[in-house]
Amino acid sequence: MNPGKIMKYTGIFLFIIAFILSFGLLTMSDYILTEEIINREREGKKYEIFSSEARGMFGRKYEWNFTFINDLDDVFKRTNQHIRDQFWISDETIQKIIDLARKEDEFVFDTSLIEKVFTERNKTNEAKIRYLNDHTGWMDGRGYPDRKNLHDDLVKAQTTVNNNIVYQEGYGDYEIKQLKFSLTKHASQGILLENSWIWFLLTIGMMCLGGMIYALAAYGWRKPGIKNDGIFFSSLKALGWMGIGLGIILTGFYVFIYFYPEYVTNWVILVDPLSRLLNGGEASHWFLYGVLYTLAILVMGVRMFLKYKGNNIQVIRTLSVMFFQLGFAFLIPEILYSLNKPGYDFKNIWPLDYDFFYGYNLDDLMSGGTFGWFILFWGIMLVIIAVPFLTFFLGKRWYCSWVCGCGGLAETMGDPFRHLSDKSLKAWKIERWMVHGILVFVVINTGAVLYTFFTGQGSLLGVGTDQIRTVYGFLIGSIFAGVIGVGFYPLMGNRVWCRFGCPLAAYLGIVQRFKSRFRITTNGGQCISCGNCSTYCEMGIDVRWYAQRGQNVIRASCVGCGICAAVCPRGVLKLENNKEKGRFNGPALVGNKNYDPVTSA
Amino acid sequence: MGNIKNIVIIGNGISGITAARHIRKRSDDPITIISAETDHFFSRTALMYIYMGHMKYESTKPYEDWFWGKNNLQLLKGFVKKVDTDKKELQLHSGKILGYDILIIATGSKPNKFGWPGEDLKGVQGLYSYQDLENMQIFTRGIRRAVVVGGGLIGIEMVEMLLSREIPVTFLVREASFWDMVLPSGESAMVNRHIREHEVDLRLETELEKILPDDKGRARAVISSGGEEIPCQFVGLAVGVHPNIGFLKESKVDTDRGILVNPYFETNIPDVYAIGDCVQYSEPLPGRKPIEQVWYTGRIHGETVALTITGKRTPYQPGPWFNSAKFFDIEYQVYGNVSNVAGKNETSVYWEDQAGKRSIRLVYAMDTRTLLGVNLMGVRFRHQVCDNWIRDKISIDEAVRNLNKAFFDAEFSDNPLPMVTDQYNRQNPDHPVHMKKSKSFISNIFS
Repeated sequence: MNPGKIMKYTGIFLFIIAFILSFGLLTMSDYILTEEIINREREGKKYEIFSSEARGMFGRKYEWNFTFINDLDDVFKRTNQHIRDQFWISDETIQKIIDLARKEDEFVFDTSLIEKVFTERNKTNEAKIRYLNDHTGWMDGRGYPDRKNLHDDLVKAQTTVNNNIVYQEGYGDYEIKQLKFSLTKHASQGILLENSWIWFLLTIGMMCLGGMIYALAAYGWRKPGIKNDGIFFSSLKALGWMGIGLGIILTGFYVFIYFYPEYVTNWVILVDPLSRLLNGGEASHWFLYGVLYTLAILVMGVRMFLKYKGNNIQVIRTLSVMFFQLGFAFLIPEILYSLNKPGYDFKNIWPLDYDFFYGYNLDDLMSGGTFGWFILFWGIMLVIIAVPFLTFFLGKRWYCSWVCGCGGLAETMGDPFRHLSDKSLKAWKIERWMVHGILVFVVINTGAVLYTFFTGQGSLLGVGTDQIRTVYGFLIGSIFAGVIGVGFYPLMGNRVWCRFGCPLAAYLGIVQRFKSRFRITTNGGQCISCGNCSTYCEMGIDVRWYAQRGQNVIRASCVGCGICAAVCPRGVLKLENNKEKGRFNGPALVGNKNYDPVTSA
Repeated sequence: MGNIKNIVIIGNGISGITAARHIRKRSDDPITIISAETDHFFSRTALMYIYMGHMKYESTKPYEDWFWGKNNLQLLKGFVKKVDTDKKELQLHSGKILGYDILIIATGSKPNKFGWPGEDLKGVQGLYSYQDLENMQIFTRGIRRAVVVGGGLIGIEMVEMLLSREIPVTFLVREASFWDMVLPSGESAMVNRHIREHEVDLRLETELEKILPDDKGRARAVISSGGEEIPCQFVGLAVGVHPNIGFLKESKVDTDRGILVNPYFETNIPDVYAIGDCVQYSEPLPGRKPIEQVWYTGRIHGETVALTITGKRTPYQPGPWFNSAKFFDIEYQVYGNVSNVAGKNETSVYWEDQAGKRSIRLVYAMDTRTLLGVNLMGVRFRHQVCDNWIRDKISIDEAVRNLNKAFFDAEFSDNPLPMVTDQYNRQNPDHPVHMKKSKSFISNIFS
């Protein structure tokens, strides 16, 4: 075996060992809940009930996190049940109100009746009165012909109030999710806590090392030139069992990080020391995600240097995404946190950054002094100045394949899967409907949220702005951008999100398509229709269709990665910015005096 | 036009398909395309990439499968055995008889074999068709060494293909230097070095004597012209191709090496046309060969014959010659006339980078100083610009002054043009030229 092969297998071996170890790690803690741990979460009256319910778990040692979390779930359920019982609006109360509303031949409702029902004055009853008042205000002074009509309206109010009890007085879903994570993490005990650094290096560190060694062996001493040998024979890269397996693992990873982080606290513990070093605080699962994301871009960025050496633009572009991820997306926000400032990513642009105009963020920025206002100003300038102007001069590539974090991961970690994008005309049609549909969706969402922010009204045209926000955040922000966006790399290529989902890409694309100096020029009659360009287009553009008829490639979706031009064996494609005049050209093959562009159209 | 003509095209390569597409744009006549090779048009030049795992067969098809139905182009899988031009009928291998009103023959080429002993053994083949690719995939599985014969474009492609599967290759080239009947010596030497850099056992001035069989009828070794026995389990024959016209033997269509056509691609029989690799011009254009077996000429034939068939009788009028190829990692482009050995009145400016991986050659006439051709290795130029230069017969000075306009390498790549200018000025101290500066990246943004 030659040294290159030995090195390759060493890299794979290290990576797999670290990979398996990191899953083993998930079982390597014990969990003991103590009063001291839950004390950190002390907040409000509900805490008293929670702590007494949790008492049964105190001091008990759990070997598995899922049994621990299961018990914790029960604690929250019981706590909420207690609270629900306490604040429950009973049918009896409703009947009493109806009795009080009785007039001679009708029932007249009056909110003042509510108080009369509750004879005893305590905090609980005051809350009940308040909630019922909130939901019956619209009925005030109304007359009802019979008992049943009033009863129906009151039951509606009763149901709403009862359904909202846990959110108002108890533990809501979001809060439970957060508490489960922090309690599980704080209850962890064992070797991971003492030697976090070492375990970090043995798992995440060793995966990086293995990946680097492999990339060095695969490309390091090869001569400059395109190295796509064997891609379509690879189980990992061409939808074999390894690719499908990796797709499942990546998708699963995203599901856990986004929705069930309490199960992966052991991984979060590994990056605690790094978090303390950077921002002084302990790590959240988002910090872990940030570390992994950044490392993936850096390690796979090095692979890009090796794979595309001799191709200056690929090397510079990769450097750029590495720089923006490490600096703008990772380090600067961490430093800002440690300075008690909003941890803003200065290169994230609405509508990709869909919560930029959400009320809580605006409140946060507006109360954040000069710096907060600067961020607000900067964020708006990016949307209304940077996007149109830079895209006019450079094409959307200035963002999508040079700056963006999603693009950064796609261009580095996603590079081995770029050929899996669907090139069919049908896929292009679906793409246009989807990506522009989501752009419309985000505009409605932001508009609705701003409407609430400025007017205080919770609903617009009968739809709660909260609900729109929740649906967008879940479906688009989490499932599409994250779970599918990266999880499906080995299944549908590395730009699934950017192509079908990203509303910012849609916005940049509209500018690029209609008002830009960017195009991919095709070179006269030199195309041999081989299809390398289309195959390796991560956005699924059928580049060859343009090249073989000598027509400039001008497409809203093109992120300008330049790989089509790099893999072209005949020097047919060149990405360039040039005068707008002549940008849209018809078919224009060179080399035949009788060539008739009309016939060729 | 009134009456409907039934157009039949034999061959679904670039020539036949281009003809079909261009006829369809100008007419609604029924068009049938017959091929025995594949169901759909694919890019022959991309066969190597399938073998190397860069692409799947599916990705080599320039049009999706629905394209043919949508454009009412009927595809027929079958092998044409005989052409009866009196009855205007084709006889297929299946026994089926197919009538036509207009016939276009675009059957391409077949790899050459020169009667070597053992040339029909298993594991001995050329690379032209999809079936050749399938055979090559079968016969190179798990082998220890391959021999490729023939120092041309297909030869070096086969070498690259085999190397991609880590099969050691001995490369027999008859000439003193790779493809030196086309490439000037500097460029040819560059490719020699590049081949050897890839650890290919390159044997120049070496020919194939015979191929030895093993007991199962497979190639086990070759004997080279030096008498050496080179053990191998696969022999790639890449010593050129010849027009694929065997099925016309008994027909009345005039053939020589290829199907003889006039400048309108008309054969001696009315309503029978021939285009592409299988064609031999009765009167070759000045400076061009009687048989042109290049992707681009095939395409131009298709474009031209479509005009004639749809009522606009048009002769073959290609612009200045152009071609391209890739030798492992070195791209090659040529525009205009560049001969391997400079003609009497020809000279050139030749720049080569220090690493010996890129070069630019500008060929011009000594007396008139007219630019004749551009030969490029590892550098891309704009076809349109070079085409205009050569048509307009601009001077070498003018070309050097405007080199920037032709430069087509990717943004941020190393720009060799100033060095070409220096080279030119060293060679022509009495004609100093300053190249117009290319605009910087920033100033280009605002222009």
